[in-house]
Amino acid sequence: MSGNDMKAADLPVLKIVGLSVRLPEDADREFAVEDVSFEVGKGEIVCVVGESGSGKSVTAHTVMGLIPRKVLRPVAGQILLQGEDLLTKSESQLRSLRGERMAMIFQEPMTALNPVMKVGDQIAEMLEIHSPMTAQQRDDRVLEVMQDVNLPDPGQLFHSYPHQLSGGQRQRIMIAMALALEPGLLIADEPTTALDVTTQAQILELIKDIQRRHGTGVMFITHDFGVVAEIADRVIVMQHGKVVEQGIAADVISNPQHPYTKMLMASVPSLTPPVREAVDRERPALSAHNLDKTYGVKGWLGRGRVVHAAQKVDLVVYRGETLGVVGESGSGKSTVARCIVRLIDPTGGEIMIDGKNIAGLGESALRPYRRDVQIVFQDPYRSLNPRRTVGQSIVEGPMNFGLSNEDALQRARELMDVVGLSPDVLDRFPHQFSGGQRQRICIARALAMEPKVLIADEAVSALDVSVQAQVLKLLDDVRKRFDLAMLFITHDLRVAAQICDRIMVMQQGQVVEQGPTAEVYAAPSHAYTRSLLAAAPGRNTRFGLQAG
Amino acid sequence: MTDTPTRSDEAGDLLEAPVSSASQPNLATLLLRHPSIYWGGLLLCVMVLIAIFGPLFTGDPIAIHPTNRLKPPFGENWFGTDYLGRDTFTRVIYGARISLVIGLVVSLFAVSFGLVIGMVSGYIRAFDAVIMRVMDGLMAIPGILLAIALISLSGATLLTVVIAIAIPELPRVVRLVRSVVLSVREEPYVEAAISSGTKMHLILFRHILPNTIAPLIVLATYICGSAMLTESILGFLGAGIPPEIPSWGNIMSEGRTYFQLSPWIIFYPGIALALTVLAVNVVGDGLRDTLDPRIARKM
Repeated sequence: MSGNDMKAADLPVLKIVGLSVRLPEDADREFAVEDVSFEVGKGEIVCVVGESGSGKSVTAHTVMGLIPRKVLRPVAGQILLQGEDLLTKSESQLRSLRGERMAMIFQEPMTALNPVMKVGDQIAEMLEIHSPMTAQQRDDRVLEVMQDVNLPDPGQLFHSYPHQLSGGQRQRIMIAMALALEPGLLIADEPTTALDVTTQAQILELIKDIQRRHGTGVMFITHDFGVVAEIADRVIVMQHGKVVEQGIAADVISNPQHPYTKMLMASVPSLTPPVREAVDRERPALSAHNLDKTYGVKGWLGRGRVVHAAQKVDLVVYRGETLGVVGESGSGKSTVARCIVRLIDPTGGEIMIDGKNIAGLGESALRPYRRDVQIVFQDPYRSLNPRRTVGQSIVEGPMNFGLSNEDALQRARELMDVVGLSPDVLDRFPHQFSGGQRQRICIARALAMEPKVLIADEAVSALDVSVQAQVLKLLDDVRKRFDLAMLFITHDLRVAAQICDRIMVMQQGQVVEQGPTAEVYAAPSHAYTRSLLAAAPGRNTRFGLQAG
Repeated sequence: MTDTPTRSDEAGDLLEAPVSSASQPNLATLLLRHPSIYWGGLLLCVMVLIAIFGPLFTGDPIAIHPTNRLKPPFGENWFGTDYLGRDTFTRVIYGARISLVIGLVVSLFAVSFGLVIGMVSGYIRAFDAVIMRVMDGLMAIPGILLAIALISLSGATLLTVVIAIAIPELPRVVRLVRSVVLSVREEPYVEAAISSGTKMHLILFRHILPNTIAPLIVLATYICGSAMLTESILGFLGAGIPPEIPSWGNIMSEGRTYFQLSPWIIFYPGIALALTVLAVNVVGDGLRDTLDPRIARKM
């Protein structure tokens, strides 16, 4: 390695020239990646940005040699890692390069780590495979890199299993593993997407810190322009497998050239809440008092581990109003939503609809109230029964309440128009639609019940940013049009800023702050709210989308 | 490469028609493309045709010809004769009927009852613990012993043999169905149906039942194969189908005494049994690969 140092110092860590990767015959386009060229210099963080299907992950996996070459064939171009063309390497040569010269971290650290192996041993395994160190040297080095990624108490964490660590700690372990051999290139494939916003901020800080101290070249794949603003030196924007724009991060963000980049930037919701129309506070649609949900098994002597998923939650939503519930994972926001829809039974408290407490009603007494509260879920790919047509899915609810098939279908056709889809698609199956279209269908299904309250449980979180903007607009439109009370649950403060009239911040099952959106964002009173806002990536950059 | 590359981008023309048109290949074509379904199915078809039409061309399987005892094969009788001078060929062909009927009926019986019990167990939590403990109890008793015990309680007829073989197979079906129900009931589309007031029986039939069909078809083929084997074992032990109805098991059982002298009495029904079970299992493997590799592997 030392012989290459002189030469390597002048070369970019990674140089991709004219790379094309061909998709199988039956795919919807010819190339996954087409004529892509860019460089990652030493000590440089290059963000590759794009929506799903843009080819950013395929590019990264091709560099690592992790694509199934029988399905995805690199047909043209070069990938030069410190001057060596990776596409000409054999599988065993690639294996030794992975880890030593280039390393990758993934989105989901829980699945990327071996659950039955101590994390220290997993890091040590890297060293065992690639270096001639003795066992003692390896352990010392492992503790050193664990310290390097700011893990608290490495001596103890060495002997922990992945499930005993938090998401952020697991991602640090992944980074430690990637850095153990001091590779020149680190590829990070959406490494913070699965993490909470405060953890994300710490991991981004860590990656920046490592790049500064070790001079590692980082290829950082993300869909989030906030993250780009936070971390990137340079940006590569990809669409449909092609690079549409690249340049210095600050330039691209402040002055995007390509229409696609402009559209992406404009779709990122701004952290500044827009001025919203006043809401008539005379007509509460839904309220909850002292709502409790406790999970736990009683032990033999009445003891046992108890988890308070939601504690003493009070909320009220008025007709025509959107109440945002924000918080990180485990804060209890989804628990509250599921209690209100009565998908789970609350342990205590009241849920009032039309002056009636539905918290303790049995299934048959509850049935008339079912139509008043409808929910749209996060995952558009699992929210529709794949074996039933869109039309069947939409008419199911109204027909449960006595509407005839023809009338329900008529209503479904009207609603397809409302959500911006053609009424002729009712006899198609869900797999024929994209994620955003499916989410529109789910909204139509909820509206078909003529609800008073619509709950959106992370309903736009799984969508690409441009689609997200459209679905957000749709949700706001239907709220106005049908005078709905909307409970909008999200972890994304940007999204919440644009659509909510009031915000409720939850932490560990409790409501810590509540108030009009503009006030909460301008002057957060609780420390947790302040830390959430401070951690929002790209908070100092102005982004486009201002709902109105 | 699992996710992103082939998913269509939707930024621009969102309000257009759906992304892809309906172009799924016909299920039958898809199935026949799998070599093990093709060849296993062919072999099975031959067996079924023999079972249905074979007896039209043969004699009486229980006609006794004392002068013609223990004749070797390839003479007047293709498969030779047994100790009573009965034609082994005829008896093997009649035996195919019994084996195939047992296989089919046992798998239908086990799958249909197991489906109902499994759905109830998976969806209604109050019944779950009780049902599953009963199933655990059933699984703890060796299947053959349980079948022999059940037959000795009621006497051996075709129906009791079917029931006795099917009951030990039940727990496998119940556990499979229950596991599918447990995972599907958490799907958002089921929760959406609950929150739009769909009644329980409709949720079970519309949203959950269809998910169990593919793995159940696969499991049914395995049960079919193992039921044919169990029937033969019961016949061989003398606890199965009564001797006046020839089945591959009891033909072999009767030939056991003369095994050294006239091995063909055991050899031919044994070959027939092995081929049929092989065909059924090969078809089952093919179905598993084609229909639902992920769920079927859980079995």
